[in-house]
Amino acid sequence: MFIINCPYCGERDQQEFKAGGEAHIERPKQPTELSDDEWAEYLFMRKNIKGVQFERWNHAHGCRKWFNMVRDTSNDEIKLVYKMGEKPPLE
Amino acid sequence: MSANLRVKSSEFIDETHRISFKFNGKTYYGFKGDTLASALLANDVHLVGRSFKYHRPRGIMTAGSEEPNAIVQVNDNTNRTEPNVRATEVEIYEGLEASSQNCWPNVNFDIGGINNIISPFLPAGFYYKTFMWPTNFWEKYEFFIRHSAGLGKSPTEKDPDIYDHRNIHCDVLVVGAGISGILAAKNAAKNNLKTLLIEEKNELGGATINQNREFNKIDNQSSSDWIKKEINELKNISNLEVKTRTSVAAYHGYNYLLARENLTDHLEKKDKNNKVRQRLLKIRAKRVILATGALERPLVFNNNDRPGIILSTAVKKYADFFGVKCGEKNVFFTNNDSAYESALCLHNKGIKVDAIVDIRDNSNSKIVKAVEQTGIKIYWSHTIVDTNGYRRLSNISIMRLSNDGMTVTGKRINISCDCLGVAGGWTPAVHLFTQSGGKLKFDEDNNVFLPNKYPSDQISVGSCNGNFNLKEIINELSIKLKEFLKIDQTDFDNIAIESEEETSKRNIWLLPTDKAIGKTKPFVDYQNDATAKDIKLALREGFRSIEHVKRYTTTGMGTDQGKLGNMHALGIIADTAGVKMGELGTTTFRPPYTPLTFGTIVGRNVGEYFDIFRRTAMNDWHIENKAEFENVGQWKRGWYYPSNGETMHQAVQRESKAARESAGILDASTLGKIDIQGSDASEFLNRVYTNAWSKLAIGKCRYGLMLNEDGMVYDDGVTTRLGENHYLMTTTTGGAANVLGKLEDYLQTEWPELDVYLTSVTDHYATASVCGPNSKKILKKIIPDLDLSDENFPHMSFKEAKINNIKCRVMRISFTGEHSYEINIQASFGKALWEKCIEAGKEFNITPYGTETMHLLRAEKGFIIVGQDTDGTMTPIDLQMGWIVSKKKYDFIGKRSLYRSDTMREDRKQLVGLLTDDPNIILEEGAQIVSELNQNPTQMLGHVTSSYFSPNLNKSIALAVVRGGKDMMGKKLFIPMEDKTISVTVANPVFFDEENKRLNA
Ligand SMILES: [Zn+2]
Repeated sequence: MFIINCPYCGERDQQEFKAGGEAHIERPKQPTELSDDEWAEYLFMRKNIKGVQFERWNHAHGCRKWFNMVRDTSNDEIKLVYKMGEKPPLE
Repeated sequence: MSANLRVKSSEFIDETHRISFKFNGKTYYGFKGDTLASALLANDVHLVGRSFKYHRPRGIMTAGSEEPNAIVQVNDNTNRTEPNVRATEVEIYEGLEASSQNCWPNVNFDIGGINNIISPFLPAGFYYKTFMWPTNFWEKYEFFIRHSAGLGKSPTEKDPDIYDHRNIHCDVLVVGAGISGILAAKNAAKNNLKTLLIEEKNELGGATINQNREFNKIDNQSSSDWIKKEINELKNISNLEVKTRTSVAAYHGYNYLLARENLTDHLEKKDKNNKVRQRLLKIRAKRVILATGALERPLVFNNNDRPGIILSTAVKKYADFFGVKCGEKNVFFTNNDSAYESALCLHNKGIKVDAIVDIRDNSNSKIVKAVEQTGIKIYWSHTIVDTNGYRRLSNISIMRLSNDGMTVTGKRINISCDCLGVAGGWTPAVHLFTQSGGKLKFDEDNNVFLPNKYPSDQISVGSCNGNFNLKEIINELSIKLKEFLKIDQTDFDNIAIESEEETSKRNIWLLPTDKAIGKTKPFVDYQNDATAKDIKLALREGFRSIEHVKRYTTTGMGTDQGKLGNMHALGIIADTAGVKMGELGTTTFRPPYTPLTFGTIVGRNVGEYFDIFRRTAMNDWHIENKAEFENVGQWKRGWYYPSNGETMHQAVQRESKAARESAGILDASTLGKIDIQGSDASEFLNRVYTNAWSKLAIGKCRYGLMLNEDGMVYDDGVTTRLGENHYLMTTTTGGAANVLGKLEDYLQTEWPELDVYLTSVTDHYATASVCGPNSKKILKKIIPDLDLSDENFPHMSFKEAKINNIKCRVMRISFTGEHSYEINIQASFGKALWEKCIEAGKEFNITPYGTETMHLLRAEKGFIIVGQDTDGTMTPIDLQMGWIVSKKKYDFIGKRSLYRSDTMREDRKQLVGLLTDDPNIILEEGAQIVSELNQNPTQMLGHVTSSYFSPNLNKSIALAVVRGGKDMMGKKLFIPMEDKTISVTVANPVFFDEENKRLNA
């Protein structure tokens, strides 16, 4: 059970949060222009990394805000949290 | 068997307080302070159970939570019965009843014992190999296995006890109250750190409390006296909390630990009532100090499992601590000095020790010299090659070990003995450390795995960190504590210490015999009956991964998780495969360290507190009017209202007819309600619903269908435009929270540029839905000044109104196909509104109806229920609802997916109506549909999703999803049931009032 540092509320127990999958997958602006394969790539394909992964989380039982997290899935170390819309760190 | 095996009064046992208890139906006596194990041993009861596979007689082996054999059922014949309890952990109390497990008909004559005789046919993987074929025999095998193996009985009645949970936050958590834990906790607390010290036993002090007094000294006192003084001082430290009888079950990441505090198990029956029995502590610690100690290992030799074969330190503990001798003729078998300390302890208490068999060729340590002086015979370089005695050890055979330790030489020497204390060295208890994600390293010198990389703010100290010598433990503890707690000094810096030094070591994982291994039984895992032979067989059969060998042989898979034998298993694998133990890795230790009761896990979340119930403002009225309730999501919804002993069917038929013939009323408060405001609210709705919203006039309502991005129907409901930038969305009852979450997700992450605000108002409003041809007249009575004419207040529109000065929102919308109104009012007036409607509707026989009638009425109209007629694989096109999908809108959630090749297939399952040829047959929801009966294999075309007997049509009706169904209108299909085949005809799903005339009636 992690402690998550919500960018809006501070440190809270993991129970208050909901995981929302891989981060930085933008919904295509013009879906109708995409081929079936391109749309399927957006819709279905997700990485599932053992190691450092960029994820979306939602403080569902708190401020209800979505935010991003960089987490090492091999040991659950949370390296960074940052707000939606902020650029992902390069490393 | 009433031999008095008490040797000497012990300070830990209160001999003035005699306690009677029953074991396997027979009454015995013990003293306050005894465990069930010590009390049984005092009564000369060694045989306490049978092993799992071979049903071999087994006795008490340890004095702690690592016990593999003495697993008992406590408190038979009551609803407090509990299986799989370790006799070594049960503190006896007046009236305790316990019995052996895993034996039938009884422990002395066990029918499964035949497995021991046929054991050559029960090798590793026996269960996998034998019971896998023929497959249809499994049920027979299962019966046999369960009947003869069965690990205890589960209670058949409700648990009468109370359990609890508690959250604890502390600066420092110390696990284990041996000398390391006590000193760590004391020094942490004295440095203003909020400290919690947890100990699984009922007393503090660990092994130090009965350590040899002569050779172990601290500050010029015996270590046992010194530790007692330290324990005494703990009481006066203010920010230290000490919890005994508390076992840490799990150590998760981020220093989150779960512990079980045992509060009443040791009390007499009369004192247990109305008290919390066990409490789950949920601990968040800034820092954790693991001082979990080490477990003594047995030795693996032929027939090493007989009752009377006990770990050497356990023999010592029973003698010293409980004043109980485990046998009259005691022998020790060892590879290290621990057995000598035990032997000396027994000797000093006047218990005769006949011999010590040591696989080493010598030792010069002080304690060994002291034993030599007592005259106890020591057999150096010898090993046990066999043991005898079926229900109790009677003698052992020993032989000289070769120099390489691979073979034995010379002649057998037989030694008569009824208690064999075995000392195979020490295994640091690193279970919690590895649970937390810690990585181990192998220490070749001591043959132990030690903590290497800490995953969180924690340290391991004392023997769980591989320090086995008192001087070394205390010196290292002082250094480690200062660094870890960032303190300048401890109160035991530079204290004078004398301790035993071990001078000689020898480790042989599997001891040789004079017989072929195939003819021996060297047990590695006692609880699961896995032998060294099984492990070797698994390796011969090609298993390499330690995790595979473990599962194949079931080594370490019992309730004790192989606490005693795991190291031997690894050692034997390494030796056999010719690899180093460090390269082999260990198996994973998983929580819980010791088993937890279900009661502890659920705590107070039982019965009505198991899950949260949500109740509407009208709930009391429903109860007063004898409603039957249905759980919908977390809501308790009125299901139907039986009167005069009606069955559900009768009640629903009556309610359904009344709603169409005159008037019905439904509590619709549970529908999700989301208040949507902002200058981009219309644009937002355009993007989340399949249809267009920009042109919806203020004061009008519209039905909307929401998809997932994959094009599948997700939710539906009516949304009303309350103002220029203000909408009220309704969602399904079960979907409300998820819909709000999904909308927030899009707003915050994909469309942050939109000026839209979402607020859940589900609980803020109560909703009464009045329907039927007389609904208008009832409304007129309740709200006389509201113009209800079709011109002013047409279908799919909304008005603000007041009832007795209370503002309410009235929508003229319909889920039944009848002329109807939904009145939304502040929830606190919900019941008053409801009663007013009932009162006003009396002259029209207004009939309250529940969810079942609502479902029936909407099915007559062919309206879908998301989640019943859809299952996450239905597009709006599949539902024949293409009319609601805007062709003009550039984009909405899920639009692109509607044009994927798969979603455009013509032969997808599509929603249709079904009519049975016999109008009285009601189909079963979920029933499969076929087009041909004598097909092999039969092709399933789909299934029935909704089915009712319609009182308004006087025939049964059903909705179904059928492959290619939309082009099957009028086609005959079949529904094969267990006892008959039902013929049906595909029909339009709108069964009733296709022209919607009744909406304006
Ligand atoms: Zn937050």
